[in-house]
Amino acid sequence: MSSAPSQPGRRRFLNGAAGAAGGALLLSLGVGFTARQAAALPANALRPPGALAENDFLGACIRCGLCVRDCPYDTLKLADPADQVAAGTPYFEARKVACEMCDNLPCVKACPTGALDHKLTDISKARMGLAVLVDQETCLNFLGLRCDVCYRVCPVIDRAITLQRRHNERSDRHAMLIPTVHSDACTGCGKCEKSCVLEEAAIKVFPIALAKGMLGRHYRKGWEEEEKAGGSLIGDQTQLPARRPEDSPLPRGVLK
Amino acid sequence: MNAPGAVRPASGATGKSMPLQPGHEAIASKGWLGAHKWLIARRLVQFTVLGLFLAGPWAGIWIVKGNLSSSLTLGVLPLTDPFVLLQSLAARHWPAAAALTGVVIVMLFYALVGGRAYCSWVCPVNVVTDSAAWLRRRLGIKTGKVPSSATRWWLLGGLLLASAATGMTVWEFVNPVSMAHRAIIFGGSAAWLVVIAVFGYDLLVANRGWCGHVCPMGACYATLGRASLLRVSAASRSACNDCMDCFVVCPEPQVIRPALKALNGAGPIIQFPECTNCGRCIDVCSKNVFRYAHRFDQRSA
Ligand code: SF4
Ligand code: SF4
Ligand code: SF4
Ligand code: SF4
Ligand code: SF4
Repeated sequence: MSSAPSQPGRRRFLNGAAGAAGGALLLSLGVGFTARQAAALPANALRPPGALAENDFLGACIRCGLCVRDCPYDTLKLADPADQVAAGTPYFEARKVACEMCDNLPCVKACPTGALDHKLTDISKARMGLAVLVDQETCLNFLGLRCDVCYRVCPVIDRAITLQRRHNERSDRHAMLIPTVHSDACTGCGKCEKSCVLEEAAIKVFPIALAKGMLGRHYRKGWEEEEKAGGSLIGDQTQLPARRPEDSPLPRGVLK
Repeated sequence: MNAPGAVRPASGATGKSMPLQPGHEAIASKGWLGAHKWLIARRLVQFTVLGLFLAGPWAGIWIVKGNLSSSLTLGVLPLTDPFVLLQSLAARHWPAAAALTGVVIVMLFYALVGGRAYCSWVCPVNVVTDSAAWLRRRLGIKTGKVPSSATRWWLLGGLLLASAATGMTVWEFVNPVSMAHRAIIFGGSAAWLVVIAVFGYDLLVANRGWCGHVCPMGACYATLGRASLLRVSAASRSACNDCMDCFVVCPEPQVIRPALKALNGAGPIIQFPECTNCGRCIDVCSKNVFRYAHRFDQRSA
Protein backbone atom coordinates (compact mmCIF):
# COMPACT_ATOMS: atom_id res chain seq x y z
CA MET A 1 0.00 0.00 0.00
CA SER A 2 2.79 2.37 -0.82
CA SER A 3 0.67 4.28 -3.28
CA ALA A 4 -2.59 6.07 -2.63
CA PRO A 5 -5.47 3.85 -3.61
CA SER A 6 -7.28 6.82 -5.16
CA GLN A 7 -4.72 7.23 -7.93
CA PRO A 8 -5.99 5.88 -11.24
CA GLY A 9 -4.64 2.44 -11.95
CA ARG A 10 -2.71 3.27 -15.08
CA ARG A 11 -0.71 6.12 -13.61
CA ARG A 12 0.11 4.14 -10.54
CA PHE A 13 1.25 1.37 -12.80
CA LEU A 14 3.55 3.67 -14.77
CA ASN A 15 4.95 5.27 -11.63
CA GLY A 16 5.90 1.98 -10.11
CA ALA A 17 6.91 0.52 -13.43
CA ALA A 18 10.55 1.54 -13.61
CA GLY A 19 11.45 0.23 -10.18
CA ALA A 20 9.29 -2.83 -10.53
CA ALA A 21 10.66 -3.61 -13.97
CA GLY A 22 14.25 -3.25 -12.81
CA GLY A 23 13.74 -5.36 -9.71
CA ALA A 24 11.76 -8.04 -11.47
CA LEU A 25 14.14 -8.37 -14.42
CA LEU A 26 17.09 -8.54 -12.05
CA LEU A 27 15.30 -11.25 -10.09
CA SER A 28 14.55 -13.13 -13.31
CA LEU A 29 18.20 -12.96 -14.24
CA GLY A 30 19.16 -14.26 -10.80
CA VAL A 31 16.66 -17.08 -11.03
CA GLY A 32 17.93 -17.94 -14.49
CA PHE A 33 21.50 -18.22 -13.25
CA THR A 34 20.43 -20.14 -10.15
CA ALA A 35 18.64 -22.57 -12.42
CA ARG A 36 21.71 -23.06 -14.59
CA GLN A 37 23.83 -23.69 -11.50
CA ALA A 38 21.31 -26.09 -10.04
CA ALA A 39 20.83 -27.97 -13.29
CA ALA A 40 23.98 -30.10 -13.13
CA LEU A 41 23.18 -33.77 -12.78
CA PRO A 42 25.43 -35.74 -10.41
CA ALA A 43 27.02 -38.93 -11.71
CA ASN A 44 24.89 -41.27 -9.64
CA ALA A 45 21.52 -39.76 -10.59
CA LEU A 46 19.70 -41.47 -13.44
CA ARG A 47 16.61 -40.21 -15.24
CA PRO A 48 13.57 -42.48 -15.84
CA PRO A 49 13.29 -44.43 -19.10
CA GLY A 50 12.59 -42.29 -22.15
CA ALA A 51 13.80 -39.08 -20.53
CA LEU A 52 14.81 -36.48 -23.11
CA ALA A 53 18.43 -35.33 -23.17
CA GLU A 54 19.11 -33.57 -19.88
CA ASN A 55 18.80 -29.98 -21.18
CA ASP A 56 15.56 -30.66 -23.00
CA PHE A 57 14.30 -32.62 -20.03
CA LEU A 58 14.67 -29.59 -17.77
CA GLY A 59 12.54 -27.58 -20.18
CA ALA A 60 9.92 -30.28 -20.57
CA CYS A 61 9.46 -31.85 -17.13
CA ILE A 62 7.02 -29.91 -14.97
CA ARG A 63 7.92 -31.88 -11.87
CA CYS A 64 4.48 -33.33 -11.27
CA GLY A 65 5.64 -36.71 -10.03
CA LEU A 66 3.09 -38.70 -12.02
CA CYS A 67 5.91 -40.95 -13.26
CA VAL A 68 6.96 -41.50 -9.66
CA ARG A 69 3.43 -42.48 -8.67
CA ASP A 70 3.02 -45.04 -11.41
CA CYS A 71 6.34 -46.76 -10.88
CA PRO A 72 5.34 -50.04 -9.23
CA TYR A 73 8.76 -50.59 -7.66
CA ASP A 74 9.21 -47.15 -6.05
CA THR A 75 12.34 -46.77 -8.09
CA LEU A 76 11.74 -43.13 -8.93
CA LYS A 77 11.65 -40.20 -6.55
CA LEU A 78 11.33 -36.44 -6.88
CA ALA A 79 14.44 -34.52 -5.91
CA ASP A 80 14.29 -32.55 -2.69
CA PRO A 81 15.84 -29.08 -2.89
CA ALA A 82 18.55 -30.42 -0.59
CA ASP A 83 19.49 -33.09 -3.16
CA GLN A 84 22.07 -32.43 -5.86
CA VAL A 85 19.46 -32.94 -8.57
CA ALA A 86 17.24 -30.10 -9.92
CA ALA A 87 14.52 -29.73 -7.27
CA GLY A 88 11.36 -31.65 -7.98
CA THR A 89 12.61 -33.62 -10.98
CA PRO A 90 12.35 -37.43 -11.01
CA TYR A 91 15.46 -39.58 -10.76
CA PHE A 92 16.80 -42.77 -9.24
CA GLU A 93 20.06 -43.97 -7.80
CA ALA A 94 20.98 -47.40 -9.10
CA ARG A 95 22.79 -48.48 -5.95
CA LYS A 96 19.64 -47.79 -3.89
CA VAL A 97 16.82 -49.03 -6.15
CA ALA A 98 17.29 -50.09 -9.73
CA CYS A 99 14.72 -49.88 -12.50
CA GLU A 100 12.93 -53.19 -13.07
CA MET A 101 12.44 -52.47 -16.77
CA CYS A 102 8.66 -52.89 -16.82
CA ASP A 103 7.45 -54.18 -20.19
CA ASN A 104 4.49 -51.79 -20.24
CA LEU A 105 6.49 -48.68 -19.28
CA PRO A 106 4.05 -47.22 -16.72
CA CYS A 107 6.32 -44.26 -15.93
CA VAL A 108 6.51 -43.15 -19.55
CA LYS A 109 2.78 -43.54 -20.08
CA ALA A 110 2.05 -41.47 -16.96
CA CYS A 111 4.12 -38.50 -18.08
CA PRO A 112 1.71 -35.76 -19.20
CA THR A 113 4.32 -33.60 -20.92
CA GLY A 114 6.39 -36.01 -22.94
CA ALA A 115 9.48 -35.23 -20.86
CA LEU A 116 9.56 -39.02 -20.88
CA ASP A 117 9.27 -39.55 -24.60
CA HIS A 118 6.12 -41.48 -25.50
CA LYS A 119 7.88 -42.72 -28.61
CA LEU A 120 9.69 -45.16 -26.35
CA THR A 121 7.51 -48.27 -26.37
CA ASP A 122 10.13 -50.97 -25.96
CA ILE A 123 11.95 -50.87 -22.63
CA SER A 124 15.00 -52.57 -24.09
CA LYS A 125 15.50 -49.40 -26.17
CA ALA A 126 15.66 -47.24 -23.02
CA ARG A 127 19.00 -45.57 -22.34
CA MET A 128 18.76 -44.34 -18.74
CA GLY A 129 22.50 -44.53 -18.44
CA LEU A 130 25.36 -46.84 -19.23
CA ALA A 131 27.07 -49.34 -16.95
CA VAL A 132 30.83 -49.00 -16.65
CA LEU A 133 33.14 -51.34 -14.81
CA VAL A 134 34.92 -48.52 -13.08
CA ASP A 135 37.19 -50.36 -10.71
CA GLN A 136 39.36 -53.12 -12.12
CA GLU A 137 41.30 -53.32 -8.87
CA THR A 138 38.41 -54.51 -6.72
CA CYS A 139 36.04 -56.29 -9.13
CA LEU A 140 36.26 -59.90 -8.01
CA ASN A 141 36.29 -61.22 -11.55
CA PHE A 142 39.26 -58.98 -12.27
CA LEU A 143 40.96 -60.57 -9.27
CA GLY A 144 40.55 -63.89 -11.00
CA LEU A 145 37.66 -65.09 -8.82
CA ARG A 146 34.24 -66.08 -10.10
CA CYS A 147 31.63 -63.60 -8.86
CA ASP A 148 29.66 -62.88 -12.05
CA VAL A 149 26.80 -61.32 -10.08
CA CYS A 150 26.50 -58.22 -12.28
CA TYR A 151 26.43 -60.44 -15.32
CA ARG A 152 23.83 -62.80 -13.94
CA VAL A 153 21.37 -60.15 -12.77
CA CYS A 154 21.39 -58.23 -16.02
CA PRO A 155 17.93 -58.31 -17.64
CA VAL A 156 19.68 -58.07 -20.99
CA ILE A 157 22.24 -60.76 -20.13
CA ASP A 158 24.70 -61.78 -22.85
CA ARG A 159 23.90 -58.71 -24.91
CA ALA A 160 24.28 -55.75 -22.53
CA ILE A 161 26.93 -57.50 -20.50
CA THR A 162 29.14 -60.46 -21.43
CA LEU A 163 32.02 -62.27 -19.77
CA GLN A 164 35.20 -62.00 -21.84
CA ARG A 165 37.87 -64.58 -21.22
CA ARG A 166 41.38 -63.29 -20.52
CA HIS A 167 44.56 -64.96 -19.36
CA ASN A 168 45.28 -64.57 -15.65
CA GLU A 169 48.84 -63.23 -15.57
CA ARG A 170 49.09 -63.61 -11.80
CA SER A 171 48.47 -67.35 -11.55
CA ASP A 172 49.55 -67.83 -15.16
CA ARG A 173 47.29 -70.86 -15.27
CA HIS A 174 43.77 -69.65 -14.94
CA ALA A 175 41.37 -67.57 -16.93
CA MET A 176 39.71 -64.35 -15.83
CA LEU A 177 36.17 -63.71 -16.98
CA ILE A 178 35.87 -59.98 -17.42
CA PRO A 179 32.39 -58.40 -17.20
CA THR A 180 32.13 -56.28 -20.32
CA VAL A 181 29.29 -53.85 -21.02
CA HIS A 182 28.01 -53.14 -24.54
CA SER A 183 26.41 -49.78 -25.09
CA ASP A 184 24.25 -50.96 -27.95
CA ALA A 185 22.21 -53.10 -25.54
CA CYS A 186 22.70 -51.73 -21.99
CA THR A 187 19.56 -49.85 -20.87
CA GLY A 188 21.20 -48.35 -17.79
CA CYS A 189 18.66 -50.04 -15.53
CA GLY A 190 21.18 -50.18 -12.71
CA LYS A 191 20.64 -53.80 -11.70
CA CYS A 192 24.33 -54.61 -12.01
CA GLU A 193 25.43 -51.70 -9.81
CA LYS A 194 22.69 -52.46 -7.31
CA SER A 195 23.78 -56.10 -7.05
CA CYS A 196 27.56 -55.75 -7.03
CA VAL A 197 28.66 -57.60 -3.88
CA LEU A 198 31.44 -55.19 -2.93
CA GLU A 199 31.09 -52.57 -0.22
CA GLU A 200 31.26 -50.01 -2.99
CA ALA A 201 30.16 -51.21 -6.39
CA ALA A 202 32.94 -51.81 -8.91
CA ILE A 203 30.43 -51.51 -11.75
CA LYS A 204 28.47 -48.28 -11.86
CA VAL A 205 25.82 -46.83 -14.09
CA PHE A 206 26.45 -43.27 -15.22
CA PRO A 207 24.40 -40.87 -17.31
CA ILE A 208 25.36 -41.61 -20.92
CA ALA A 209 27.03 -38.25 -21.42
CA LEU A 210 29.47 -39.15 -18.64
CA ALA A 211 29.95 -42.78 -19.55
CA LYS A 212 30.62 -42.59 -23.27
CA GLY A 213 33.69 -41.47 -25.12
CA MET A 214 33.48 -40.31 -28.70
CA LEU A 215 35.83 -40.99 -31.59
CA GLY A 216 37.03 -38.08 -33.67
CA ARG A 217 34.39 -37.47 -36.31
CA HIS A 218 36.86 -38.07 -39.11
CA TYR A 219 37.96 -41.38 -37.61
CA ARG A 220 37.41 -44.55 -39.66
CA LYS A 221 38.14 -48.06 -38.50
CA GLY A 222 40.21 -49.70 -41.24
CA TRP A 223 38.85 -53.18 -40.68
CA GLU A 224 35.25 -51.99 -40.93
CA GLU A 225 35.95 -50.02 -44.10
CA GLU A 226 37.72 -53.04 -45.54
CA GLU A 227 34.71 -55.22 -44.85
CA LYS A 228 32.33 -52.65 -46.33
CA ALA A 229 34.43 -52.30 -49.45
CA GLY A 230 34.88 -56.06 -49.72
CA GLY A 231 38.65 -55.70 -49.71
CA SER A 232 41.48 -53.48 -48.69
CA LEU A 233 41.08 -49.90 -49.79
CA ILE A 234 44.79 -49.41 -50.32
CA GLY A 235 45.53 -52.54 -52.29
CA ASP A 236 47.83 -55.45 -51.44
CA GLN A 237 50.62 -54.71 -49.03
CA THR A 238 54.15 -55.85 -49.33
CA GLN A 239 54.62 -58.62 -46.77
CA LEU A 240 57.77 -58.09 -44.75
CA PRO A 241 59.53 -60.91 -42.91
CA ALA A 242 58.81 -60.87 -39.20
CA ARG A 243 61.88 -60.15 -37.10
CA ARG A 244 61.97 -61.87 -33.76
CA PRO A 245 64.50 -62.35 -30.97
CA GLU A 246 66.68 -65.41 -31.29
CA ASP A 247 65.03 -67.23 -28.37
CA SER A 248 61.41 -66.60 -29.48
CA PRO A 249 59.29 -69.77 -29.48
CA LEU A 250 57.24 -68.43 -32.39
CA PRO A 251 58.01 -69.63 -35.89
CA ARG A 252 60.05 -67.46 -38.18
CA GLY A 253 58.72 -66.46 -41.52
CA VAL A 254 56.10 -64.23 -43.01
CA LEU A 255 53.41 -62.80 -40.72
CA LYS A 256 49.82 -62.84 -41.91
CA MET B 1 -17.47 3.61 15.10
CA ASN B 2 -14.01 2.37 15.87
CA ALA B 3 -11.95 2.71 18.96
CA PRO B 4 -8.87 4.91 18.58
CA GLY B 5 -5.79 2.90 17.86
CA ALA B 6 -7.47 0.51 15.46
CA VAL B 7 -5.21 -0.36 12.55
CA ARG B 8 -5.98 1.87 9.61
CA PRO B 9 -3.83 1.57 6.55
CA ALA B 10 -4.82 4.88 4.99
CA SER B 11 -4.61 7.05 8.09
CA GLY B 12 -1.40 5.48 9.32
CA ALA B 13 -2.56 5.23 12.93
CA THR B 14 0.20 4.62 15.43
CA GLY B 15 -1.75 3.23 18.39
CA LYS B 16 0.43 1.65 21.05
CA SER B 17 -2.36 -0.36 22.69
CA MET B 18 -3.45 -3.73 21.30
CA PRO B 19 -5.03 -2.72 18.00
CA LEU B 20 -8.68 -3.58 17.53
CA GLN B 21 -9.00 -6.22 14.85
CA PRO B 22 -10.99 -5.58 11.71
CA GLY B 23 -14.29 -7.39 11.71
CA HIS B 24 -15.20 -6.86 15.34
CA GLU B 25 -18.31 -4.97 14.25
CA ALA B 26 -19.25 -7.74 11.87
CA ILE B 27 -18.75 -10.30 14.64
CA ALA B 28 -20.98 -8.22 16.89
CA SER B 29 -23.75 -8.03 14.32
CA LYS B 30 -23.46 -11.36 12.48
CA GLY B 31 -21.80 -13.58 15.06
CA TRP B 32 -18.31 -15.11 14.70
CA LEU B 33 -19.45 -17.75 12.28
CA GLY B 34 -21.30 -15.25 10.12
CA ALA B 35 -18.24 -13.02 10.01
CA HIS B 36 -15.97 -15.89 8.93
CA LYS B 37 -18.26 -17.79 6.61
CA TRP B 38 -16.22 -17.49 3.42
CA LEU B 39 -12.93 -17.77 5.22
CA ILE B 40 -14.05 -21.10 6.65
CA ALA B 41 -15.38 -22.22 3.28
CA ARG B 42 -12.04 -21.36 1.67
CA ARG B 43 -10.01 -23.19 4.25
CA LEU B 44 -12.28 -26.19 3.87
CA VAL B 45 -11.76 -26.20 0.11
CA GLN B 46 -7.99 -25.68 0.45
CA PHE B 47 -7.64 -28.52 2.90
CA THR B 48 -9.98 -30.78 0.96
CA VAL B 49 -7.85 -30.32 -2.14
CA LEU B 50 -4.78 -31.09 -0.08
CA GLY B 51 -6.55 -34.06 1.48
CA LEU B 52 -7.43 -35.48 -1.93
CA PHE B 53 -3.78 -35.28 -2.94
CA LEU B 54 -2.68 -36.83 0.36
CA ALA B 55 -5.24 -39.65 0.44
CA GLY B 56 -3.10 -41.57 -2.06
CA PRO B 57 0.30 -41.49 -0.38
CA TRP B 58 -1.10 -41.60 3.15
CA ALA B 59 -4.02 -44.02 2.89
CA GLY B 60 -3.61 -45.63 -0.50
CA ILE B 61 -6.82 -44.05 -1.79
CA TRP B 62 -5.75 -42.83 -5.21
CA ILE B 63 -8.34 -40.26 -6.22
CA VAL B 64 -5.82 -37.64 -7.32
CA LYS B 65 -2.26 -38.34 -8.40
CA GLY B 66 0.54 -35.87 -9.00
CA ASN B 67 0.66 -32.35 -7.62
CA LEU B 68 -0.57 -28.85 -8.43
CA SER B 69 1.82 -28.59 -11.36
CA SER B 70 -0.01 -31.43 -13.05
CA SER B 71 -2.37 -34.05 -11.74
CA LEU B 72 -4.64 -36.85 -12.83
CA THR B 73 -7.98 -37.31 -11.08
CA LEU B 74 -9.69 -40.70 -11.08
CA GLY B 75 -7.48 -41.73 -13.95
CA VAL B 76 -9.35 -39.52 -16.42
CA LEU B 77 -9.21 -35.82 -15.56
CA PRO B 78 -5.84 -34.18 -16.26
CA LEU B 79 -5.19 -30.75 -14.76
CA THR B 80 -2.09 -28.69 -15.48
CA ASP B 81 -0.90 -25.39 -14.09
CA PRO B 82 -0.80 -22.69 -16.79
CA PHE B 83 2.30 -20.87 -15.57
CA VAL B 84 4.52 -23.93 -15.43
CA LEU B 85 3.36 -24.97 -18.88
CA LEU B 86 4.01 -21.45 -20.19
CA GLN B 87 7.57 -21.74 -18.94
CA SER B 88 7.87 -25.07 -20.68
CA LEU B 89 6.56 -23.58 -23.92
CA ALA B 90 8.98 -20.67 -23.55
CA ALA B 91 11.73 -23.26 -23.17
CA ARG B 92 10.55 -24.56 -26.58
CA HIS B 93 9.09 -27.85 -25.47
CA TRP B 94 5.75 -28.71 -27.02
CA PRO B 95 3.93 -30.71 -24.30
CA ALA B 96 2.15 -33.99 -24.90
CA ALA B 97 -1.64 -34.19 -25.14
CA ALA B 98 -2.40 -34.84 -21.46
CA ALA B 99 -0.70 -31.66 -20.28
CA LEU B 100 -2.34 -29.60 -23.01
CA THR B 101 -5.80 -30.96 -22.23
CA GLY B 102 -5.14 -30.32 -18.57
CA VAL B 103 -4.15 -26.73 -19.08
CA VAL B 104 -7.18 -25.99 -21.27
CA ILE B 105 -9.53 -27.33 -18.59
CA VAL B 106 -7.81 -25.27 -15.89
CA MET B 107 -7.84 -22.12 -18.01
CA LEU B 108 -11.53 -22.45 -18.84
CA PHE B 109 -12.40 -23.05 -15.20
CA TYR B 110 -10.53 -20.04 -13.87
CA ALA B 111 -11.62 -17.84 -16.75
CA LEU B 112 -15.09 -18.45 -15.35
CA VAL B 113 -14.63 -18.27 -11.57
CA GLY B 114 -11.86 -15.66 -11.47
CA GLY B 115 -8.22 -16.53 -12.05
CA ARG B 116 -7.11 -15.69 -8.59
CA ALA B 117 -9.77 -17.88 -7.08
CA TYR B 118 -6.88 -20.32 -7.42
CA CYS B 119 -4.95 -18.13 -4.99
CA SER B 120 -7.60 -17.89 -2.31
CA TRP B 121 -9.30 -21.26 -2.69
CA VAL B 122 -6.54 -23.67 -3.69
CA CYS B 123 -2.97 -22.42 -3.30
CA PRO B 124 -1.34 -23.75 -0.12
CA VAL B 125 0.89 -20.68 0.18
CA ASN B 126 -2.21 -18.52 0.63
CA VAL B 127 -2.67 -20.05 4.08
CA VAL B 128 0.89 -19.05 4.90
CA THR B 129 0.64 -15.48 3.63
CA ASP B 130 -2.82 -14.95 5.15
CA SER B 131 -1.38 -16.05 8.50
CA ALA B 132 1.58 -13.73 8.10
CA ALA B 133 -0.74 -10.81 7.31
CA TRP B 134 -2.93 -11.66 10.28
CA LEU B 135 0.05 -11.85 12.62
CA ARG B 136 1.51 -8.65 11.25
CA ARG B 137 -1.79 -6.90 12.00
CA ARG B 138 -2.02 -8.53 15.41
CA LEU B 139 1.47 -7.47 16.42
CA GLY B 140 1.13 -4.06 14.83
CA ILE B 141 4.31 -4.59 12.80
CA LYS B 142 4.98 -1.71 10.45
CA THR B 143 8.55 -2.41 9.37
CA GLY B 144 9.84 -2.98 5.88
CA LYS B 145 9.21 -1.73 2.40
CA VAL B 146 6.58 -2.94 -0.02
CA PRO B 147 7.69 -3.46 -3.62
CA SER B 148 5.51 -2.11 -6.39
CA SER B 149 2.60 -4.39 -7.09
CA ALA B 150 3.61 -4.24 -10.75
CA THR B 151 6.65 -6.34 -9.85
CA ARG B 152 4.72 -9.56 -10.42
CA TRP B 153 3.84 -8.62 -14.00
CA TRP B 154 7.42 -7.86 -14.86
CA LEU B 155 8.52 -11.00 -13.12
CA LEU B 156 6.00 -12.99 -15.14
CA GLY B 157 7.50 -11.65 -18.34
CA GLY B 158 11.10 -11.77 -17.15
CA LEU B 159 10.83 -15.40 -16.10
CA LEU B 160 9.39 -16.42 -19.45
CA LEU B 161 12.33 -14.68 -21.10
CA ALA B 162 14.72 -16.45 -18.75
CA SER B 163 13.04 -19.78 -19.56
CA ALA B 164 13.48 -19.07 -23.25
CA ALA B 165 17.12 -18.10 -22.75
CA THR B 166 18.05 -21.16 -20.66
CA GLY B 167 15.66 -23.71 -22.17
CA MET B 168 14.56 -24.62 -18.66
CA THR B 169 11.45 -24.00 -16.57
CA VAL B 170 13.45 -21.59 -14.41
CA TRP B 171 10.83 -20.51 -11.86
CA GLU B 172 10.35 -24.11 -10.84
CA PHE B 173 13.80 -24.10 -9.27
CA VAL B 174 12.55 -21.65 -6.63
CA ASN B 175 8.74 -21.45 -6.90
CA PRO B 176 7.44 -21.55 -3.29
CA VAL B 177 4.00 -22.74 -4.42
CA SER B 178 5.07 -25.88 -6.23
CA MET B 179 7.87 -26.49 -3.73
CA ALA B 180 5.51 -26.30 -0.77
CA HIS B 181 2.94 -28.50 -2.41
CA ARG B 182 5.53 -31.04 -3.49
CA ALA B 183 6.99 -31.11 0.00
CA ILE B 184 3.57 -31.86 1.47
CA ILE B 185 2.58 -34.52 -1.07
CA PHE B 186 5.92 -36.13 -1.88
CA GLY B 187 7.84 -35.35 1.28
CA GLY B 188 11.04 -33.38 1.43
CA SER B 189 12.49 -31.05 3.93
CA ALA B 190 14.47 -28.20 2.40
CA ALA B 191 11.40 -26.88 0.56
CA TRP B 192 10.07 -25.65 3.88
CA LEU B 193 12.86 -23.09 4.05
CA VAL B 194 11.33 -21.36 1.04
CA VAL B 195 7.92 -21.32 2.70
CA ILE B 196 9.38 -19.96 5.93
CA ALA B 197 11.15 -17.28 3.89
CA VAL B 198 7.84 -16.23 2.32
CA PHE B 199 6.21 -16.12 5.75
CA GLY B 200 9.05 -14.02 7.16
CA TYR B 201 8.98 -11.71 4.16
CA ASP B 202 5.26 -11.03 4.54
CA LEU B 203 5.50 -10.70 8.31
CA LEU B 204 8.52 -8.45 8.61
CA VAL B 205 9.34 -6.91 5.25
CA ALA B 206 6.23 -6.28 3.22
CA ASN B 207 2.58 -6.34 4.13
CA ARG B 208 0.94 -8.80 1.71
CA GLY B 209 4.30 -8.71 -0.03
CA TRP B 210 4.46 -12.10 -1.68
CA CYS B 211 0.97 -12.75 -3.05
CA GLY B 212 0.08 -9.10 -3.55
CA HIS B 213 3.25 -7.93 -5.23
CA VAL B 214 5.73 -10.61 -6.21
CA CYS B 215 4.25 -14.01 -7.06
CA PRO B 216 4.25 -14.38 -10.87
CA MET B 217 1.98 -17.40 -10.63
CA GLY B 218 -0.72 -15.26 -9.02
CA ALA B 219 -0.16 -12.71 -11.79
CA CYS B 220 -0.60 -15.42 -14.39
CA TYR B 221 -3.86 -16.54 -12.83
CA ALA B 222 -5.00 -12.92 -12.61
CA THR B 223 -4.47 -12.58 -16.36
CA LEU B 224 -6.56 -15.71 -16.92
CA GLY B 225 -9.44 -14.29 -14.93
CA ARG B 226 -9.40 -10.87 -16.53
CA ALA B 227 -12.96 -11.29 -17.81
CA SER B 228 -14.24 -13.83 -15.31
CA LEU B 229 -17.92 -14.27 -14.75
CA LEU B 230 -17.81 -14.61 -10.97
CA ARG B 231 -16.97 -11.30 -9.27
CA VAL B 232 -17.56 -9.62 -5.94
CA SER B 233 -20.01 -6.74 -5.97
CA ALA B 234 -20.28 -3.83 -3.54
CA ALA B 235 -23.98 -4.16 -4.17
CA SER B 236 -25.17 -2.31 -1.06
CA ARG B 237 -22.46 0.32 -1.21
CA SER B 238 -24.71 3.11 0.05
CA ALA B 239 -24.78 1.32 3.41
CA CYS B 240 -20.99 1.61 3.80
CA ASN B 241 -20.11 3.38 7.05
CA ASP B 242 -16.42 3.85 6.20
CA CYS B 243 -15.19 1.52 8.91
CA MET B 244 -12.39 0.52 6.50
CA ASP B 245 -12.45 -3.08 7.69
CA CYS B 246 -12.65 -4.43 4.13
CA PHE B 247 -9.52 -2.48 3.16
CA VAL B 248 -7.64 -3.93 6.10
CA VAL B 249 -8.47 -7.57 5.45
CA CYS B 250 -8.37 -7.46 1.65
CA PRO B 251 -5.17 -8.96 0.23
CA GLU B 252 -5.43 -6.51 -2.69
CA PRO B 253 -6.98 -3.43 -1.04
CA GLN B 254 -6.50 -1.20 -4.08
CA VAL B 255 -9.23 -3.10 -5.96
CA ILE B 256 -12.10 -2.11 -3.66
CA ARG B 257 -12.33 1.66 -3.81
CA PRO B 258 -13.62 2.29 -7.35
CA ALA B 259 -16.54 -0.09 -6.90
CA LEU B 260 -17.28 0.85 -3.31
CA LYS B 261 -17.07 4.62 -3.79
CA ALA B 262 -18.49 4.67 -7.33
CA LEU B 263 -15.33 6.47 -8.51
CA ASN B 264 -15.80 7.98 -11.98
CA GLY B 265 -19.24 6.45 -12.09
CA ALA B 266 -17.88 2.93 -11.61
CA GLY B 267 -20.43 0.16 -11.15
CA PRO B 268 -20.52 -1.92 -7.99
CA ILE B 269 -18.64 -4.88 -9.50
CA ILE B 270 -15.01 -5.19 -8.43
CA GLN B 271 -13.50 -5.49 -11.88
CA PHE B 272 -9.80 -5.80 -11.09
CA PRO B 273 -8.33 -9.16 -12.03
CA GLU B 274 -6.14 -8.93 -8.90
CA CYS B 275 -9.20 -9.47 -6.69
CA THR B 276 -8.87 -13.06 -5.46
CA ASN B 277 -12.60 -13.66 -5.00
CA CYS B 278 -11.76 -14.63 -1.45
CA GLY B 279 -14.89 -13.12 0.03
CA ARG B 280 -13.16 -11.72 3.11
CA CYS B 281 -14.71 -8.31 2.40
CA ILE B 282 -18.12 -9.98 2.43
CA ASP B 283 -17.37 -11.61 5.77
CA VAL B 284 -15.90 -8.63 7.49
CA CYS B 285 -18.49 -5.99 6.55
CA SER B 286 -21.05 -5.41 9.28
CA LYS B 287 -23.31 -3.57 6.81
CA ASN B 288 -23.41 -6.46 4.32
CA VAL B 289 -22.20 -4.22 1.52
CA PHE B 290 -20.54 -6.99 -0.50
CA ARG B 291 -21.76 -10.20 -2.08
CA TYR B 292 -20.74 -12.58 -4.84
CA ALA B 293 -22.28 -11.66 -8.17
CA HIS B 294 -21.63 -12.07 -11.89
CA ARG B 295 -19.73 -9.43 -13.78
CA PHE B 296 -22.78 -8.04 -15.61
CA ASP B 297 -24.82 -7.60 -12.45
CA GLN B 298 -24.81 -3.81 -12.10
CA ARG B 299 -27.55 -3.61 -9.50
CA SER B 300 -26.56 -1.55 -6.51
CA ALA B 301 -28.21 0.15 -3.61
S1 SF4 C 1 10.37 -49.01 -16.11
FE1 SF4 C 1 9.18 -49.66 -14.32
S2 SF4 C 1 10.65 -49.85 -12.65
FE2 SF4 C 1 11.66 -48.69 -14.27
S3 SF4 C 1 11.26 -46.56 -13.67
FE3 SF4 C 1 9.66 -47.13 -15.11
S4 SF4 C 1 7.97 -47.83 -13.83
FE4 SF4 C 1 9.81 -47.79 -12.53
S1 SF4 D 1 5.67 -37.41 -15.19
FE1 SF4 D 1 6.91 -36.32 -16.71
S2 SF4 D 1 6.58 -34.15 -16.23
FE2 SF4 D 1 5.91 -35.31 -14.44
S3 SF4 D 1 7.70 -35.43 -13.10
FE3 SF4 D 1 7.74 -37.28 -14.37
S4 SF4 D 1 9.02 -36.73 -16.12
FE4 SF4 D 1 8.42 -34.82 -15.13
S1 SF4 E 1 22.71 -51.37 -16.35
FE1 SF4 E 1 23.78 -53.28 -15.90
S2 SF4 E 1 22.13 -54.71 -15.49
FE2 SF4 E 1 21.19 -52.98 -16.55
S3 SF4 E 1 21.23 -53.46 -18.72
FE3 SF4 E 1 23.13 -52.37 -18.30
S4 SF4 E 1 24.63 -53.94 -17.85
FE4 SF4 E 1 22.62 -54.89 -17.66
S1 SF4 F 1 -0.22 -15.11 -5.34
FE1 SF4 F 1 1.03 -16.94 -5.69
S2 SF4 F 1 1.54 -17.72 -3.69
FE2 SF4 F 1 -0.11 -16.23 -3.42
S3 SF4 F 1 -1.95 -17.45 -3.38
FE3 SF4 F 1 -1.64 -16.80 -5.52
S4 SF4 F 1 -0.42 -18.42 -6.51
FE4 SF4 F 1 -0.34 -18.73 -4.29
S1 SF4 G 1 -12.07 -7.37 -2.85
FE1 SF4 G 1 -12.94 -8.84 -1.40
S2 SF4 G 1 -12.97 -10.77 -2.53
FE2 SF4 G 1 -11.59 -9.40 -3.63
S3 SF4 G 1 -9.61 -9.88 -2.80
FE3 SF4 G 1 -10.40 -8.15 -1.60
S4 SF4 G 1 -11.38 -9.11 0.15
FE4 SF4 G 1 -11.06 -10.71 -1.37
